[in-house]
Amino acid sequence: MSEASKFYRFQGTEGYIASGPLVDAVNCAIALERPLLIRGEPGTGKTLLAKHIAEALKMPMDSWHVKSTSKAADGLYVYDTVQRLNDSRFGGGEVSNIERYIRLGPLGRVFAADQRHVLLIDEVDKADIEFPNDLLHELDEMRFVVTETGREIVAEHRPIVVITSNNEKELPDAFLRRCIFHYIEFPGSALMKKIVAVHHPNLDATLLDQVLIKFYWLREQNELRKKPSTSELIDWISALLHSGITIEQLESHIPFIGALLKKEQDAEALARYDDASGAYPTKWSELGPRYNQ
Amino acid sequence: MFLEFFYALREAGLPVGTQEWLTLMDALQLGLHGSSLLRFYHLARSCLVKNENQFDAFDRVFARVFKGVEGEFDVTDEVLEWLADPKNLPQLSEEELAGLERLGSDELMRRFLETLAQQDERHDGGGRWVGTGGRSPYGHSGVHPTGIRVGGPGRSRSAMKVAEERRFRDYRTDVALDTRRISFALKRLRRLTRAGEATELDLDETINETCRNAGEIEFVFRPPRKNNIRVLLLMDVGGTMDPYFESVSRLLTALHEERGLRSFEALYFHNCVYEYVYRDALMTRSAGVPTAELFRRYDERWKLIVVGDAAMHPAELMESYGNIDPRRTAESSGIDWLQKLVDHYERAVWVNPEPETLWEHAYTNRVIRRMFPMYHLSVDGIGDAIAALVGPRRLSA
Repeated sequence: MSEASKFYRFQGTEGYIASGPLVDAVNCAIALERPLLIRGEPGTGKTLLAKHIAEALKMPMDSWHVKSTSKAADGLYVYDTVQRLNDSRFGGGEVSNIERYIRLGPLGRVFAADQRHVLLIDEVDKADIEFPNDLLHELDEMRFVVTETGREIVAEHRPIVVITSNNEKELPDAFLRRCIFHYIEFPGSALMKKIVAVHHPNLDATLLDQVLIKFYWLREQNELRKKPSTSELIDWISALLHSGITIEQLESHIPFIGALLKKEQDAEALARYDDASGAYPTKWSELGPRYNQ
Repeated sequence: MFLEFFYALREAGLPVGTQEWLTLMDALQLGLHGSSLLRFYHLARSCLVKNENQFDAFDRVFARVFKGVEGEFDVTDEVLEWLADPKNLPQLSEEELAGLERLGSDELMRRFLETLAQQDERHDGGGRWVGTGGRSPYGHSGVHPTGIRVGGPGRSRSAMKVAEERRFRDYRTDVALDTRRISFALKRLRRLTRAGEATELDLDETINETCRNAGEIEFVFRPPRKNNIRVLLLMDVGGTMDPYFESVSRLLTALHEERGLRSFEALYFHNCVYEYVYRDALMTRSAGVPTAELFRRYDERWKLIVVGDAAMHPAELMESYGNIDPRRTAESSGIDWLQKLVDHYERAVWVNPEPETLWEHAYTNRVIRRMFPMYHLSVDGIGDAIAALVGPRRLSA
């Protein structure tokens, strides 16, 4: 453990409220120079975390958005043969210098950089099941060789690696063993208030309470196929504010439901509830013991 | 207390290995837990548990082990001791000591611990025999001199050797059927064909054509390769299949995850296939699909996988009105429907979760096995079944 790594301490940023355990997990990963694996419900800010670590530690950031077709090698470098062929025909300079046609991928770039980077590997489980294993060596050693040129790229400044996963596929054990793991729980109402305050700083407190009561109540409804998440809540509040809604209007129904429920069946289910003149809660105590503050 | 915690986690079935444990030790050494038990808890969880569905088990163990520990909690010194002098390895032979020099002691210790950890996995509650068994060579080999000091030298064989022998002994027999391993087996479900729009650059052909063209570049494109395999899965649920629920659902999960497939459909039946199969496992009337319709919907190129124990009363298979569900009796016998399936689908296999030793005992199993090639629901069995579905055609099923 280098002294330098002890120096960095992530505390969250103004635009990103991180829970204490998350902060600890991030700092643990930084100090131990291990990749940080983040899982959690959609919309809990997994992807944003890397950006804000970079911001807080004043480091540049690079990201690699993994797709189902991604290969581990793409993250290191790509040898652009087509460009070389094209240049050989139309004269694009030194064709004999293969180095010119090696394009570093995200991993390659942060290794080669002369500054410590934050690297986000987003949705690692999207790719083939072999994918994480193919990266083990590079993530451990932080070095690789460009086969075409024989050049070895060694990270002088080990990047802070943040990996997100949606748990679509099981990740290999060998990969998991090397990671520091954190599961971002869905924020409780107190943390949620802080999060909302970041986006809508001047929101009336009683209105916010009403909004959150409706929001958590919706999340408690098991029939819903897709529960609304934080980002949907933020959007919904924007919509409410723009329309100048009053607290009274919020008490009897949920306006702009389209901002919260994205599935047709869910919206229909709620409409049926409305038709049956179902009541909406207006106090935290109506939501059950978990929400009693 | 720490060691107790480690083994308690393992006894609770959490897959905590030594690598995770040493990670935690590193973290503690750096003082990342501050001086609060809560932060230690989160730190330990981040380092040791890699899946949120194991958090609950972790919590229970943590609560039990650290009961009564409150407030200030300073472990750094203990931890330092923990990681202490690995050279104290009294039971190693000279060769091994030489090997130790070569490997570097950390590396050796790591490997050794891993070996030990792997071995534990095949012993239920294996933690105990290291902890209190008193005849464990492992505890004495300097791995954690201050942890458990298991009494007595005098093991005739070195710890290393014992560990290694054990390691190889049971290796093949308990092949766990986890989703990931099934996924690997399923990877062979590939028949790549080029179809669709020509969007991929054919480099070889481009170079070829360019040469032909006297160096004038001529790009050649081709359609990308896509998997052309479609799978229809019919699953027996309920009754005698209940004990196998876990393994069957793992197969189902793995098939769902297998993105390479062009299409995948899963349908359910109970005991045997009759007039209807069902979209969900509850088999409500509204979820019914006429079996005859399968033939229309899913043509003969679909690969059929039937999962079931193939064990039922002979009448349920052979006779008219054989359906065990009295509400759904119908004239055609189960065997007629099975025969129709075999006739329709060019490739069909039967995957049976019951151990192969039981197959002979069921009359219906023998009958069905004459119609379908049957494979056991294990990693190897699935591999063979896949080979039968996509491999070169065999003369007889």
